[in-house]
Amino acid sequence: MKGQNIKYFTNGLIKENPVLRLVLGTCPTLAVTTAAINGIGMGVSATIVLVCSNIVISLLRNVIPDKVRIPAFITVIAGFVSVVQMLVKAFLPSIDVALGIYLPLIVVNCIILARAEMFASKNSVLPSILDGLGMGIGFTAVLTLMGAIREICGAGTLFGLTVTAEFIDPMIVFLLPPGGFFVFGVLVAASNAIAKKNGKEIVEHLGCENCPSRSMCKSVSADEEVTVDE
Amino acid sequence: MNNTTTIVSILLAAILTDNMVLSKFLGICPFLGVSKKPGTAFSMSIAVTLVMVVSTAVTYPIYTYLLYPKFAYLQTIVFILVIAAIVQLIEIVLKRFIKPVYNALGIYLPLITTNCAVLGVTMLNITDGLSFVQSLFNALGAGLGFMLAMLLFAGVRSKVEAADVPEFLKGLPITLIAAAIVSLSFLGFAGIGG
Repeated sequence: MKGQNIKYFTNGLIKENPVLRLVLGTCPTLAVTTAAINGIGMGVSATIVLVCSNIVISLLRNVIPDKVRIPAFITVIAGFVSVVQMLVKAFLPSIDVALGIYLPLIVVNCIILARAEMFASKNSVLPSILDGLGMGIGFTAVLTLMGAIREICGAGTLFGLTVTAEFIDPMIVFLLPPGGFFVFGVLVAASNAIAKKNGKEIVEHLGCENCPSRSMCKSVSADEEVTVDE
Repeated sequence: MNNTTTIVSILLAAILTDNMVLSKFLGICPFLGVSKKPGTAFSMSIAVTLVMVVSTAVTYPIYTYLLYPKFAYLQTIVFILVIAAIVQLIEIVLKRFIKPVYNALGIYLPLITTNCAVLGVTMLNITDGLSFVQSLFNALGAGLGFMLAMLLFAGVRSKVEAADVPEFLKGLPITLIAAAIVSLSFLGFAGIGG
């Protein structure tokens, strides 16, 4: 039993890392990682929401009717997001400014909805907490790594301290939107290469198998395959 | 006259300089997921634009007259629930009264509730302090900008699919790097619409 619990926790760290393996939560991953500290701020906020909403949804899993589960999940998540939003605003105003509207947008972060749908609504409280914690830490780690890469390349600093700015001219494009897409692409390529070496499947497409909206989206993707170019 | 120029500049900014997808990173999932075929990309963007404009028309008065200033902290939770309700309503109305439109857009509507571009645009309208009319045009522009990005990217992707890509970049990585280049081209618009 104990070993199983550890598995729930470590699952989200590497094997099913939400960003690199499940490819969920791409919007905040690309948007806020202009500096390592923002990555940590976003990661920790999302982790808190994820763990709290997993607890509540797991507790309510026998109460919520199946038909209205998605709106119910969204309401629970939105409640916790508002709490986190107010806490960040009160105690870390600089992070609040840096994250801007992406902080309230944690509501629609698919990692949280996906874990509610795939895990918390089917498991008891302790596994749900561990799963949320593991996924949250995996998310934070990737965001921080990406923030660090973009900060070093784009500004020559790390966590605000000068690293390479004195001898290499910073390439500002890494801080701009194209840099986000590029660094993320390179990270996914690297994670794929490692996965391949270890005999794991590589990520070829966006994480549709893990997307919370998959059941609704099926018709869309089926349509994509059937339609012939006009 | 002055009003018209403001509205034109809001539209241009929303479509080009502050493009939802390519510079604000909102709505990345449909951008990467539903952009394989131009036809699907187009229908999806039409649905997104429709929901954006209607949601703005509803959330803006709710925020200004009901929530602000006493209950401003309820913004997030109220907005997402209102958007979810609007999407359901639009689906019901289209299904009942405008069947052809429903057949074309219906399957995309449920996906839009959790699309961060819609929630994002309604919130940005408030944070940027736009007036009601300006907000509506901003939402329209955001939707059109989303469409432009989707269609452009669908075109780029069909070329990428046919290209001989190095083994380690195949699949998602090359898609993201292609998106980086499309996004780079949009940097050229910086300054337009001031």
